Formats: sequence, C-alpha cells, structure tokens
Amino acid sequence: MLIRRASGIRSSEITSQSVYNQRREFLKSGIYAFAGLAMPGLALALTDKPGKLKPIANLHPGKYRVDAEVTDYKWITTYNNFTEFGHGKSTPAKTARKFKTRPWTVKVDGECENPGKIDIDDLLSVFTQEERIYRFRCVEAWSMVVPWVGFPLGDLLKRFKPTSKAKYVLFETLHDPKRMPNQRYPGLDWPYREGLRMDEAMHPLTILSTGLYGEVLPNQNGAPLRLVVPWKYGFKSIKSIVKISFSEKQPPTTWNGKAPDEYGFFANVNPKVDHPRWSQAKHRVLGGGIFSGREKTRMFNGYADEVASLYRGMNLKKNF
Amino acid sequence: MSTANKNIFIGKQLLFLLCLVPALLLLWDAVQQQLGANPVEALLHRSGDWSIRLLLITLAISPLRKLTGRGWLLRYRRMLGLYAFFYALLHFTVYLWLDRGLSWREISVDILERPYITLGFVAFLILLALAVTSTRGMMRRLGKHWTALHRWVYAAGLFGVIHFLWLVKADYREPGVYMAIFIILMLFRAESFKKRLQGAFALYSGKMQRMGLAPSRSQLSE
Repeated sequence: MLIRRASGIRSSEITSQSVYNQRREFLKSGIYAFAGLAMPGLALALTDKPGKLKPIANLHPGKYRVDAEVTDYKWITTYNNFTEFGHGKSTPAKTARKFKTRPWTVKVDGECENPGKIDIDDLLSVFTQEERIYRFRCVEAWSMVVPWVGFPLGDLLKRFKPTSKAKYVLFETLHDPKRMPNQRYPGLDWPYREGLRMDEAMHPLTILSTGLYGEVLPNQNGAPLRLVVPWKYGFKSIKSIVKISFSEKQPPTTWNGKAPDEYGFFANVNPKVDHPRWSQAKHRVLGGGIFSGREKTRMFNGYADEVASLYRGMNLKKNF
Repeated sequence: MSTANKNIFIGKQLLFLLCLVPALLLLWDAVQQQLGANPVEALLHRSGDWSIRLLLITLAISPLRKLTGRGWLLRYRRMLGLYAFFYALLHFTVYLWLDRGLSWREISVDILERPYITLGFVAFLILLALAVTSTRGMMRRLGKHWTALHRWVYAAGLFGVIHFLWLVKADYREPGVYMAIFIILMLFRAESFKKRLQGAFALYSGKMQRMGLAPSRSQLSE
C-alpha cells in the first residue's frame, strides 16, 4: 500500500486506509452511523461492521502493513478461538458480549528492577497507538489479515527494567469464572498461559494489541489487551492479559502443556513441520467462500526476512 | 395394500423427507452464504455430524424394537442407514473436492498417515459396501453372508465416532456423547452376543467331548 507522505504533515494527521474505508462504510450506512452515535462507549453488539465500539484516540498508520486484502470485520469478530468464553468458533462473540474490561490492570513482576502495575487506560494514553496490518495464521490451518491497533511489547517491557536473568516472558489471561463462564469447566488448564523468549518479546513485530479496525478490541478478540506475534501460530497470541512475568527458565504454557507433541513452545509458522494430525503446508483464508481453495503457507507466516535471524542454527523440526 | 403396509408406506415417505431436512438446510445456508467465515469447514462438520447421528439412530432401531415390541420399526432401518451413508458421501465429497481441492497426493497422504482420516475413510468404505448391498436382490444373492456383512455396521459406527474424537482439540463433549450412545447401544447387544458366544462354545466343547479331547461340564464341576 502506498502512502504518500508530504513533509510537514504529522503522521497523526494521516488517515490510515482501513480507517478511511471504515469511515466511508460508516457514512454509507446511515442507520449504522446513527446507532453508533447513539450508543457510544464500550458496549459491544454483534455487528457486521465497525462503528459500535470506542475509536482509538490518536491512531497512527504505522509502516507494517501486509500487501493483502484485509479480512472482513464480520469474520474477524465471529470466528474466534477464545476457550474462556466457550468452545465453538461463533460462541465467544455471543457469550463475551457482557464482559467488562474496566477497571483493568496488568501486573508486571519477576526478574525485573521495577515490578509494578499498569492500568489499561494508561497503556492507551502513554504508548502511541499504531495500526498494524498483519497476517494471522491459526494452528488449525486457517488464516486472516487483521488491522490490529497496538504498540510494541518491547516498549512496555523496557519500563520495568528486566534484569540479566530475564530470559523469558510469561503472560497470563484473566482467571475469573464469573466473568469468563467456560473457566467453570475443565478443558484447558486455567488460567491460559503463554510465553516468549526475551528476544522474541523485544522484536519490533511483537505487539500488545488494544484495538481492531481503529476501535478498541471487541471482547471476543481478547479485550482489552492481547498479544500479537504474527510469525507464530495464533494460540501464542494470548488474550485478555492481566499478568506479565520475567523469568529465567522457559515458562510452562497452556497448549504446550496439554499436548506437547502437537503444540510446541515456539510454535513458529512452518509449512514443513506438520501438526501430527494435519498438514501445515496450506491454509484456508477466512471469508473466501466455498470454492476459494487454500493458499500455500509461508515460512514464519511470510515474516522470514524480519525474524528468521532469531532462530539461526536452531533445529526447527525439533524446536517446533 | 393392507392398512399396516399403507401406514408404513406413508411413514417411509415422511421419514425420507425428514432425513432430507438437514441437507436442505445446508444447501440453503450455502446459497444464502450463511455458513460463516469458514464455509467449507461448516459443510464438513454439519454433514459429518448428521452421518454419525443417523448411523446411531440406525443402530438404535433393533434395541428399540426389543424394548417396545414394535416390529414395524425394523422396516425403517434401511432408509435410516442409507441416509447415514448419504451424509457420509456428502462429507467425503466436500473433503475431496472443496477442502482438498482434488489434490490426490495430499488426499492419499491424509488417508495413509493421519489416523483419524484413515478411520473415517474405512468407515466410509464400510458404509459404501453396505449401501451397495442393501437392495432386496443383493440380500437374496448373498443369503446368509448378507447378515455377516451387515454386522460391519458396528465397526462403521465405532470408527465414525473415533474419527470425530480424534480430530477434536479440547472440546470432547459432542463426540463423547456419541461414544456413550454407541457403548449403550452395544451393551444392549451384549446379551445376545453373550448367548451366541455361549452357543458357539457349547457347540465347540460338545465336539471336543465327542472326540474325547475335553472333559464334559459335569466332569469339570466335580
């Protein structure tokens, strides 16, 4: 996508393509626009289009934008693996509707000099919110292209001054069965946990996401704060984060603990290493329709130029 | 036509239409583009679900007949079984064509190397054999072998349910329910199976005794 930038124009004044498109959609559908104006705030309704959630203030376009068609809002928000809100793909969109994401604080502890807490609204105001259009590849061999909003995880981590012992970062999802109804049942070992190696966490592509399509995250997509690591399978991108810890040892993580032969700790997208039960060579792009066929999966989900160096010399078949 | 036969005839027509409803809904949703973000997956799952459900209903006919004493139930069994096959065929076709794009190399790797697909494929082949031999003419031609062949329906049921269980990531509820139903249906048959086994054993030991190779039951109990 070509964005012409004349000198003298601040980047904050440039409207990103998706926000632009979205505004057009917004204006086109007067009814939606009216409903959106009449119901501001964080209330979430099932909808085909953005326009019902709070827009992200001071959204910057950012430079990471894949050259591919962005997946419809409808598909991104109705096809979710968010087990805390139920097992079916379409379940979270319904059962997470009343989930309250305020107040929300993230606790940061472990191997760092400045452990502490940070409020979601501070995260939104302190860090420049940038739009990043990334490919998203699920371990189940489907994919989409998502216009996330967020900021580099590294920028947040630095503030807590990780020590030399900090080799890994662990993330935890909220554990509150009253608010996340499916946590009342077994299925996964709650709370959901994920982890990254320090260099992966500090990589500029790794972001904490606060929004989608220019608005705050819909609940079913991991509101109010989730991880996005575009070169790894989707299950690494943990949702509704309440805790971040630095550790010296590789932390236990949810799917890896449940089926270590199927879900590796690294979980880098790799068409040459199959899941024991299905091939990872191709994936289905969501929203393509019945006759759309599948696309070839690329190494590191197409981000090899940026991230392959992190794994130089590593046996990726063994460390899948 | 007797009244009873007439009722069965009408009943069969109603059952035919009833079993067609899931397929029509699927077709409707496909045409209306109401199958969601991943329509191929939706087609696969819904056709597979109905194949297993109808197969379990087919397997439930004979225990139901025994429990209720209503012999006419048996007259609907073939149609139910054929519909189980119809949905399996739909499921397999969607897999071959829409999901794998008729890539035979990929399909053969799937069938040979991925156990849940292997089992699903075997279950499909069994149902195919049973469907082909389901006509009156085939029944007559195969004679007593027909019953032996059609006992494979239990294997198809078991493989179908395991096929489902093995593809699940974390939510075992639906295939778990199907497995429970399958086991309960098998327990109903355990009684007659035990009797047959005992019969076979009695025949065998009787032969042995006549040949002077085995002690008789009365000798054993002494």
